[in-house]
Amino acid sequence: MQKSSFRKTIEIIIFSIFIFFLFAPVLSLGIWSVALRWYWPHTLPQKIGFDYWLQALGITKSLTLGAVNVIPAFLLSLGIAIIVVIITMAIAIPAGYSLAKLKIPALLKGIILILFLLPRAFPQQPVFINLMLMFNKIGLTGTVFGVILVHLVVGLVFAVWITASTFSSIPPELEEAARSVGASRLKAFFKVTLPISTPGLIASAVFVFLTSMDEFTGTFFVGIPFVTTLPMTLYSASGSNIQFASVIAILLLIPSILFMIVIQKFLKAEHLGGMGG
Amino acid sequence: MAILKVKNLSKNFGKVKAVQGVTFEATEGKVLSLLGPSGCGKTTTLRCIAGFENPDQGEIYLGNRKITPFPPEKRGIGMVFQNYALWPHMTVYGNLAFGLQIKKVPKPEIDKRIKIVLSMVQLDGYESRYPRQMSGGQQQRIAMARALVFEPEIMLLDEPLSNLDAKLREEMRFEFTELQRKLGITAIYVTHDQAEALVISDKIIILDQGKIVQSGSPKEIYSNPKNKFVAGFIAVSTFIDGSVDSFLEGKKNVVVKSDDGFIINGINDNLSIGQRVSVVMRMNTIKFIQNESKVEKNKVNIFRGKIIQSSYLGENIDYKIKLGKWEVRTSVEAKYDFELGDEVTFYLSPEDIIVTREK
Repeated sequence: MQKSSFRKTIEIIIFSIFIFFLFAPVLSLGIWSVALRWYWPHTLPQKIGFDYWLQALGITKSLTLGAVNVIPAFLLSLGIAIIVVIITMAIAIPAGYSLAKLKIPALLKGIILILFLLPRAFPQQPVFINLMLMFNKIGLTGTVFGVILVHLVVGLVFAVWITASTFSSIPPELEEAARSVGASRLKAFFKVTLPISTPGLIASAVFVFLTSMDEFTGTFFVGIPFVTTLPMTLYSASGSNIQFASVIAILLLIPSILFMIVIQKFLKAEHLGGMGG
Repeated sequence: MAILKVKNLSKNFGKVKAVQGVTFEATEGKVLSLLGPSGCGKTTTLRCIAGFENPDQGEIYLGNRKITPFPPEKRGIGMVFQNYALWPHMTVYGNLAFGLQIKKVPKPEIDKRIKIVLSMVQLDGYESRYPRQMSGGQQQRIAMARALVFEPEIMLLDEPLSNLDAKLREEMRFEFTELQRKLGITAIYVTHDQAEALVISDKIIILDQGKIVQSGSPKEIYSNPKNKFVAGFIAVSTFIDGSVDSFLEGKKNVVVKSDDGFIINGINDNLSIGQRVSVVMRMNTIKFIQNESKVEKNKVNIFRGKIIQSSYLGENIDYKIKLGKWEVRTSVEAKYDFELGDEVTFYLSPEDIIVTREK
């Protein structure tokens, strides 16, 4: 069907507006990150340079207030995120499977899921201040281990819900069919259930990764003074140096965007199979 | 020779008694159908045989072994599911080879067997297709092939044709029967479709609310239903309730007086005088009389009623005739042309009338 050129124009306009709202903030950050001097009422920076970038990446020494080498913080955030993903998935996959497949009374299932949801159900600051006080007593504040625990608590919320929902969307007959041709329960899980649920599990892992990279409140209360993650440096910089903060913000965006590109390869329709006629 | 023996099987789900004391045997090379309305326990029984449910009571024997304590993967049973349960992330080859690979069958042998079984279901060359690239009927045939490829002792089918459209179902029924006879494989077939059961079964077991109501060959169930439930389930019929009045021809025929006074002549089935019965009139046994003067003098079972409903079905017309307090259903050739409200005269031959117990 030939679309009228009017219709096409409208579509292009709407698409452009959408793209604008999606990328304008990033563009704005981009401009800020290379602005060396930008005073009102100039619409564009008066002087552009990569000074802040070089300082952030530790290539040149920090000269301005608030600008530090953020590479260590970046690597720490990345390292913590990866560890958190591994531990979270190791817990969430069996937990989600059990909640989805095993015959648990509905009431108990509801209670367990709510328990996992609880940390996010309350205002975050009171929760984490409390956690900080408790961790302090057992010497976990200011440690990477303590921060990992915080990220685990936050990440498990999503991970368990997503894995449980992924596994319950797989028809039980698929596993039963595997068992009817001779596969043990474990084999049926690894050869049938797991491959089919890969997209959901990957979505879960990505969610945990992004949540961990982005986590601020809990990390702040539990991490200081010794643990500095990238969001924390962003917080410090945002008070004193907007350009520098923009650099850090863009650095924070990079893993997210990379992950998105990686996932969309996995989420192809091939693996989302059909049943019956 | 009995391949499968089910003894006193019972299964409860909480308060629901899904299966109660079910006992039956399946003969080698024959098809046994479990037939009944929704919730009668047929699928639960099948799942207990397969090992996906643990019975609360009873034992199951396959050949000489008691298989009740074994999990599904150790029972050597091929199963076909209602929605085929083909693994979407594997090709047809992968689906068929899975069971054989678990048994560590060497690859050349696997390839050979897959070729043979695909040819049996007329899907040669489909090895590299994915299930989503195939039609419902094709997927169903692959599901059957998968259950057969490792040559099980017995095949279990859980309403395998329910998801197909009517025309395809009819075709697949014949294909299944041909395949089963060719292989000589024993099959337990669950269905709620009585026409299907009649076509494919060597023996039918009718279940209601967890209990076996009657078991026998299709002909026995159809012609000698034990009670009103079986008679009504196996074919659409009209029931006229009454009691036994007397016998004729040395107890071969029985005369039934309906609750509102109609006299009906039918086949006796070990009944006694005064017993409460239901007269079963099958839809295709009612014959209209167009010219009353041509009726023989002593003909029995002549009734006069009024047409209250008419459904045109192309080849046939289904009429509902009001007779006293009863509504008689009939299906006749489309050559008749009655209108609502018409008075009609019809008769049935005593040989066509089944008289059955109420319970």
